[in-house]
Amino acid sequence: MNRRVVITGMGVVSPNGVGIPDFLNAIQQGTSGLRFVPRHEELNFFCHVAGKPEFDWEQLRNYLPEVTFHGLKGSTIGYAIKAAADAWLDAGYSLGGDEIHWDTGCVFGNSVADTEAMKRVISFVDSKQARKLGSRVIEQSMNSGATAYVSGLLGLGGRIITNSAACATGSQAVLLGYEYIKHGLEKRMVVGSNEYIDSYIFGAFDSMRILSRKFNQTPERSSRPMSASANGFVPGSGAAALVLEERESALARGATIYAEILGGVTNSGGQRGGGSMTAPNPDGIVNCIRGAMENAGISGSDVDLVSGHLTATVADKMEVACWATALDRTRGDFPPINSLKSMIGHCLSAAGSIEIVAIVLQLWHQFVHPNINLEDPHPEIVDMIGLESMPVERVDREINIAAKANFGFGDVNACLIFAKHK
Amino acid sequence: MDRQEILTELKKVLTPYTANKEALNSLNEQTDLIKDLKINSANLVDIFIDAEAKYDIEIDMDSAEKIHDVGSCIDVIMEKLGQQK
Repeated sequence: MNRRVVITGMGVVSPNGVGIPDFLNAIQQGTSGLRFVPRHEELNFFCHVAGKPEFDWEQLRNYLPEVTFHGLKGSTIGYAIKAAADAWLDAGYSLGGDEIHWDTGCVFGNSVADTEAMKRVISFVDSKQARKLGSRVIEQSMNSGATAYVSGLLGLGGRIITNSAACATGSQAVLLGYEYIKHGLEKRMVVGSNEYIDSYIFGAFDSMRILSRKFNQTPERSSRPMSASANGFVPGSGAAALVLEERESALARGATIYAEILGGVTNSGGQRGGGSMTAPNPDGIVNCIRGAMENAGISGSDVDLVSGHLTATVADKMEVACWATALDRTRGDFPPINSLKSMIGHCLSAAGSIEIVAIVLQLWHQFVHPNINLEDPHPEIVDMIGLESMPVERVDREINIAAKANFGFGDVNACLIFAKHK
Repeated sequence: MDRQEILTELKKVLTPYTANKEALNSLNEQTDLIKDLKINSANLVDIFIDAEAKYDIEIDMDSAEKIHDVGSCIDVIMEKLGQQK
């Protein structure tokens, strides 16, 4: 049986917009969500900017029972709850009932369990006050914390999985959910990822000297994918979630179908051939993209939009070369390519899911979002794919098929192919 | 501090831990924390920690084991308050 998998619900907590309407408006207008963080300057970081959603914590009372809300401290879990509950409601389901959805599972991913929650644990334990920590710490510090809160809130009774693949986490979560439905193991999956970058994780990235540091005075200009002046990425926080569903089930219940997932692949470059713990093997990326297209039953010439990983580092050039090789398309023939990171920075584990929501919105509303800050496109990238493929303003045009990839530390890749639903 | 005063204060401590507002409104010494207030047994420890902070007392595990309803909770709090003097 050839099952088709569609997207019937979305929710997002992004540095440039919380909730689908605000996020859609932001990505159409090219609104930056990056801000100066005074604390980063005090801490002597190189990078003084970050992407952080304008998140109203109290609104979680609208989603959670009072007992659950009381004692919830972890920002990353709060983001995940908001994104997943919004996606669930968007798909036409409700919150708060006693129903168990036996045919619905969940894959939600993150990189680190909440280190702010852990900081409190460390200070209590070190001051011999461990007995005052209470019952709510473990559930919020475990890696499966977000998945546990989300699946509990929605009453999901299928497989409940927490995945982690650094910056490929979000797209890998969506891919896993897709595969479970495609193979007939679940009818419906709530998928997504979340990330909260606190000062400790931020500081550790800062020490690697891979973060943007030359635009501390102009935060909105600090993330510059594909630019000659790209000087490192800007960490961001957030979450996004999607409801994936077997197409027949979605049609039968009259759900809104935003897009279809045609296929995808997750692989590794083996940390060989130029790949390492922190850098992808280009052959791994090319294999991943080619594999995804083959899995989807399309060829490179079918792709109307590429949503890159494109973090605004020296790796952008290599990534674009991989896309050109995998799609077998170059200057004059290359499709539009964009990077949401120009607006929101790099949301690490959350990047994939937020960027996939952006892809689905571009398919649904038929536009290509701008690359902001692309004032000085990297000449070697222009040579490869041409300036006309690197839009700096929103372009309204027909898009039938879009490709999305993310790459994570550990040389892990994930690539998905999305299509306008027909 | 008499038992009624403690009960009034205890009601505030219990509020965020129970979804059963009806039972909370008619709170009395016979109200069972788990059966009547439907408090998740895992959260009882949080109630003890909140009560410890509120009354500046320490509820040891032996005392905590005696607590099952509002009356026994007040017993323990009064006992610990008495020990302070």
